[in-house]
Amino acid sequence: MRRATKYLLLAVALLLPGCSGNWGWYVVNPMTESGLVNLKFLLSGLYYTILLSVTAISISIVVGLVIALPGLARNPYVRSINRVYVELVRAVPILVLILWVYYGMPQLAGLSIGVFWAGVIALALSDSAFEAEIFRAGMQSVSKGQYEAAHSVSLNYADTMRFVILPQAIRRVLPALGNQLVYMLKMSSLVSVIGMQELTRKANELVVTEYRPLEVYTVLVLEYLVLILIVSAGVRWLERHMQADERG
Amino acid sequence: MPSSGSESVIKIANVYKQFGDFQALKDVSLDVAPGERVVVCGPSGSGKSTLIRCINGLEQHETGTITVDGVELDHTGTSLKAIKVKVGMVFQQFNLFPHLTVLENLTLGPIRARGMTKPDAGELAMRYLERVRIPEQADKYPAKLSGGQQQRVAIARSLCMEPSIMLFDEPTSALDPEMINEVLEVMTELATSGMTMICVTHETGFARRVADKMVFMDQGEIVEAADPEKFFTAPETQRCRDFLDKILHH
Repeated sequence: MRRATKYLLLAVALLLPGCSGNWGWYVVNPMTESGLVNLKFLLSGLYYTILLSVTAISISIVVGLVIALPGLARNPYVRSINRVYVELVRAVPILVLILWVYYGMPQLAGLSIGVFWAGVIALALSDSAFEAEIFRAGMQSVSKGQYEAAHSVSLNYADTMRFVILPQAIRRVLPALGNQLVYMLKMSSLVSVIGMQELTRKANELVVTEYRPLEVYTVLVLEYLVLILIVSAGVRWLERHMQADERG
Repeated sequence: MPSSGSESVIKIANVYKQFGDFQALKDVSLDVAPGERVVVCGPSGSGKSTLIRCINGLEQHETGTITVDGVELDHTGTSLKAIKVKVGMVFQQFNLFPHLTVLENLTLGPIRARGMTKPDAGELAMRYLERVRIPEQADKYPAKLSGGQQQRVAIARSLCMEPSIMLFDEPTSALDPEMINEVLEVMTELATSGMTMICVTHETGFARRVADKMVFMDQGEIVEAADPEKFFTAPETQRCRDFLDKILHH
């Protein structure tokens, strides 16, 4: 099913040029010198899109995990740390957060951070609230008996989490984490508004000089599509690989 | 503390425990001598599981005292830590760690909580796997084993902590009938080796064979505590007689 969808999408993308006379693929035709230059220009955004997304999600996974832990506490005050963080951060649109971090932080703290780190902070912050919810749900899905068994062999809290609860929780939330990575790759396009030289920004710049938005943005769509299909395949492989052991 | 307390390895005195409006334990007192085998029975909801879960701190009692091997369980971190290492527990649902192999299930506690090296812990684990007669399953994951084998692994996992007391919370209730005996055999062997045990179980054959003391609980109270001979042949209370009628003549 997945494979069929993939081929269908690619076929649609390839057939598009034939649908109407308004297409002008020469802008990105690798057979011509200018087309090749343009294509390379578009692809050069790949580096920052990937670097930005991967850095942001790595940070947000760590932050999300730290925020998820108090969410499991019995004490309502400790639990409220989790709730307040999640509700607050989740309520801010990513684009607004990007603008706030990039333009607001220098004014607030007097320090100017570059476009890249502003993007990383905004994306990571925004995503961490979702990661926290994913981890909390994952850890809550591990049965109470597992905590009790860990208690019965004298493990302390840190060891219980590290060796018993988290390994099981992470396996269960792997599909959701994959989703977030895909989401992050897409949302990184928003960082183009503050001038980050990633895929979308490159496309915008090329549109301005070549004035062929249809072809350029179609290439942009394909770039994200391929990137995300690769990520999906990777996550599915990881899922199969990690869960093979536990099956009876 | 009364002088008789020094002879008991577990001393439970006037313990109360409540879940919301439900009184789970009412003024429960019980002494267990070193090496003594106590079997606790009673209808469901009578507080048997709650009682043994209080002994290793899985539940917090509200009033009264529980003393294990001279340490009073007051739910400070230090007393809980001291008691946890002395008390092993076997659960109805086994609660093996599904993401770890049998061997890793057994060595996790010894390595992390007892500071053993991996080879030492592995050697210890194999010794206990042999004792529960499944050394050949060491590298398998729990899901590949039968219920009876899983419960024997769970017993071995507890023994790897080398506890001085073992608690069993209905260890055979989740098992298919043909697997009950292999678990009871392991428990009987453990009982003969001199381990202090408290077992919540309705296996009367096992109880008659190994118990030094039978305890009958109902509605959160210890209604009757006697040696098995007297308990099974001449129970004192009507509640206990009714219960025994149900489990013996089904």
